[in-house]
Amino acid sequence: MIKVCTQTFGHKNPSSIDTYIKLGGYSAWKKIITEKTSKSEIINTVKESQLKGKGGAGFLTGLKWSFISPNDSQKYLVCNSDESEPGTCKDRDILRYNPHSVIEGMLIACYAIGASVGYNYLRGEFIGDQWNVTNNAIKEAYDQKLIGTNILESNISIDIIPLIGAGAYIVGEETAMLESIEGKRGMPRIKPPFPAVQGLYGKPTIINNTETLSSIPYIIKNGTDWYKNLGEGDSHGVKMFCMSGHLTKPNVIEAPLGTRFSKLLDECGGVLDNKKLKAVIPGGSSVPVVKGEVIMDTPMDYEPLMKIGTMLGSGGVIVMDESTCMVSVLERISRFYYAESCGQCTPCREGTGWLYKTLVKIRSGHGSQSDLDLLNRVANQIEGHCICALGDAAAMPVKSFLTNFWNEFEYFVEKKQSMII
Amino acid sequence: MNISLSDKIKKEIDSIKSKFPDDQNKSSIIESLLIIQHENNGYLTNELIESLADYLNVQKIDVYEVATFYSMFSLKPIGKNIISVCTNVSCMLRNSDQIVNYIEKKLKVKIGESTKDNKFYLKDEMECLAACNGAPMMQVNHINYENLTYEKIDKILDGIKDD
Repeated sequence: MIKVCTQTFGHKNPSSIDTYIKLGGYSAWKKIITEKTSKSEIINTVKESQLKGKGGAGFLTGLKWSFISPNDSQKYLVCNSDESEPGTCKDRDILRYNPHSVIEGMLIACYAIGASVGYNYLRGEFIGDQWNVTNNAIKEAYDQKLIGTNILESNISIDIIPLIGAGAYIVGEETAMLESIEGKRGMPRIKPPFPAVQGLYGKPTIINNTETLSSIPYIIKNGTDWYKNLGEGDSHGVKMFCMSGHLTKPNVIEAPLGTRFSKLLDECGGVLDNKKLKAVIPGGSSVPVVKGEVIMDTPMDYEPLMKIGTMLGSGGVIVMDESTCMVSVLERISRFYYAESCGQCTPCREGTGWLYKTLVKIRSGHGSQSDLDLLNRVANQIEGHCICALGDAAAMPVKSFLTNFWNEFEYFVEKKQSMII
Repeated sequence: MNISLSDKIKKEIDSIKSKFPDDQNKSSIIESLLIIQHENNGYLTNELIESLADYLNVQKIDVYEVATFYSMFSLKPIGKNIISVCTNVSCMLRNSDQIVNYIEKKLKVKIGESTKDNKFYLKDEMECLAACNGAPMMQVNHINYENLTYEKIDKILDGIKDD
């Protein structure tokens, strides 16, 4: 079994600094500050490892780092621990079981981009558990002088600071997160300027996902070839897959990128109660749904999933069996985007409401054929017309549910009831 | 006037302020509101919001905007113990709607309401709480309870003392 971000999982006191160090933790960071490794060398290593952002967009991490403005101004790193994409529950495990890998990853990233401060922004609902673990872990690292002023007499000073949100899906969007850290409503900014040029408080800023930063120490320590070779087939590296829905044993599994869906399904004990697989949303509720038989043999990686019309997204794999009413599921997904739209762009603010209300109308037995066309039309009017990706995320499920399960929607508007008994 | 902020709260706000650059007091609003709300039985008042604005030396509208944007802030009194049942897709597929119905019946409230004795608040519009592999799940006072059954719910809720 591969263990990168999950290395400490299952150990006694997994979140403690002693456990982390015993397993080789902080050796990458110590080596960097002792040898004063050049920033470009670190960025190149991350680039060559092909590490892609694990939050959803899948952008090459090393490339993102290389965009940091080279001027001498204050710079910031932000770790995005605002895990809120429906179906995604991996960062919460990293934060509670392997928090030091995130801290070490943040330190290395800060060093590589020239930032003296790294903020780790946790979603507000993590306040009961992950927030305490994160605060304790950061304190442990300060006590061992791995963070702070003049770290281990190296003349390098970096602060790692935990922040907490207060409930807003949109803050997971990187520029909305910057607004939130600045103490404002989480409303995404127009890009460009990109955060790497003008980010937090107007200063150059890099924002990376928790799982991404947690991978960094292991890549630096073990090398790019090691990380790349962890992938299956043509794929590079690993990913945490959050397996939820109709499964015998739902679980978070760290597996090689390129692992076939069928294998992940087997590892979860197959479909619950031996029912037939109907559909899968492979990357959190924002990505298109696909039919079960289409994804079964697909390698779970960015390109192969694109080929079958969907995306890897955050790795939130939602599995649905034959008893699932797709109209109900889409109604629930649409309610989410309606509730979470920040209201800044008209197509998203109004469109998500139209989508949700139309789906409520259909599911309550008052829909007609023209409502199905309306759904497609509204989805098309939102897509690509907003500042951030939330609008697209609301539109993509609608279009894919209609395309893949048209007969089920048609049945509902004709018979005024679900096709699923 | 910030008469309603205790010295203890002010001290905590000062420590939050130290996380940010000196000229960025607005950054402290979110975390400060969370501790103020916690101290005030789980909800915010106009007076508290304005007191924080005064203490941070920011515009009152700045604090109002934050208090009304983020879903964890309540501007009305609510029951002492907050129950949040996730009803998003992964939990819905594992019958979270039945979990909500069961709690509604058990506590004799509708979602979004507090019990008559003010002991519980069943939060509405609860979105994904990032525990999808433990569906169905809920948070009670921000602690996760996963793989819920009716028996489990009885045990958790009956186990909360009145004090």
